[in-house]
Amino acid sequence: MNGVFDLAGTDGVGPVIVPEAEPVFRPEWEKAVFPMFAMCFRAGFFGVDQFRHGIELIDPAVYLKSPYYEHWVHTVEHFGEKLGKLDPAELDRRTEYYLANPDASLPEHEDDPELLAFVEAVVPAGASAKRESDRVARFKVGDNVRVDRSAPRGHTRRARYIRGAMGEIVMAHGTFIYPDTAGNGLGENPEHVYTVRFTNAELWGADHAEPNGSVYFDVWDPYLELATPVHTAATTEGAHA
Amino acid sequence: MSAKVRTQEEIAARVKALESMLIEQGVMTTQAIDRLVEIYENEVGPQLGARVVAKAWRDPDFKARLIEDATEACKELGISGLQGEDMVVLENTDSVHNIIVCTLCSCYPWPVLGLPPNWYKDPQYRAAITREPRKVLREAFHFTVPEEVEVRVWDSSSEMRYWVLPQRPAGTEDWTEDQLVDLVTRDSMIGVGPVAAVA
Repeated sequence: MNGVFDLAGTDGVGPVIVPEAEPVFRPEWEKAVFPMFAMCFRAGFFGVDQFRHGIELIDPAVYLKSPYYEHWVHTVEHFGEKLGKLDPAELDRRTEYYLANPDASLPEHEDDPELLAFVEAVVPAGASAKRESDRVARFKVGDNVRVDRSAPRGHTRRARYIRGAMGEIVMAHGTFIYPDTAGNGLGENPEHVYTVRFTNAELWGADHAEPNGSVYFDVWDPYLELATPVHTAATTEGAHA
Repeated sequence: MSAKVRTQEEIAARVKALESMLIEQGVMTTQAIDRLVEIYENEVGPQLGARVVAKAWRDPDFKARLIEDATEACKELGISGLQGEDMVVLENTDSVHNIIVCTLCSCYPWPVLGLPPNWYKDPQYRAAITREPRKVLREAFHFTVPEEVEVRVWDSSSEMRYWVLPQRPAGTEDWTEDQLVDLVTRDSMIGVGPVAAVA
């Protein structure tokens, strides 16, 4: 989907502010939100692509103005409600309660050795999105390619600033879960992933681009088409002039 | 765009409400929450990436393996996991300077750098770094990349996780790995800053 989360090249959002040092988690509530990604993933709320799409669906003004980990709250709520695991009315009631009683305790509960074991195991093991597939790669390193202009309404990683742009494939990584299906609940459908190099001038126009630089962006096979080399187009044009 | 931005108090209450429901469903426990937080506060952070870099500086064979397959090379040092299942290291040279970003969300190589700093996730960095990287480095990080050095910005749009192998500073030829580790800053592995100055 086209949205404000797709930030590359957005002007006017202000300077990058870099504090001298900061803790890993700032307010205490961030410590409760961070684990929701891994634990709700384990509980079947979402895959990582869906998790991202839940964040993309946040009201754009809220997205830009809210602290980062609040985005995670929104996506957990989105999928919790969608799957019938969270009753929004109950969530609102409890929110009012904790707003009035911020020091009230959480529900009594037992430790869960299996959940703890999951945490200890998943941190070093991770969950790779790489998948075996017999799909044939349509492109190879060195190919000149163009990103197609499609603007799908669901989840995609086709950032707007690379749509329609021409670049060169510099790496081929093998086959990975396809976010355009997985992020929309339509299955993994692994596709080849490539890194494409775009010159700054190609992305922003020579008059507006920093010199001597390029952007490297990862794309899935269906995002691409082979590009007509520039000199061929120019020659043809010249012949008709 | 009708929703309103919550205050810190409202977010804290919302989170506690959500946490209480997830605890009752057995999705979370405070014990598991505390452990996961402890791991990323104290165990997994840029000190791990620094060890990899220091080793690569001293050991050309390891460096070659790291550049060939960063994921496997890091495993030799017991470094692996979430949000770094498939990693690529980008070597800075006299003619190339690399920078990482995730313009669509906030992808970052957790096993070697820990969780990202807030500025990395904020809209400002994500908006500007692909369009005017030299300016961002100069103005926000007080770090100038010479004009003749090519700037490559890696937008982490897939599940590949990129990070930067900074250049070894001159004058450290006889340094031990432990001494070198202290030179490797988090920012040098993101590509927004230099390694620490050699005393």
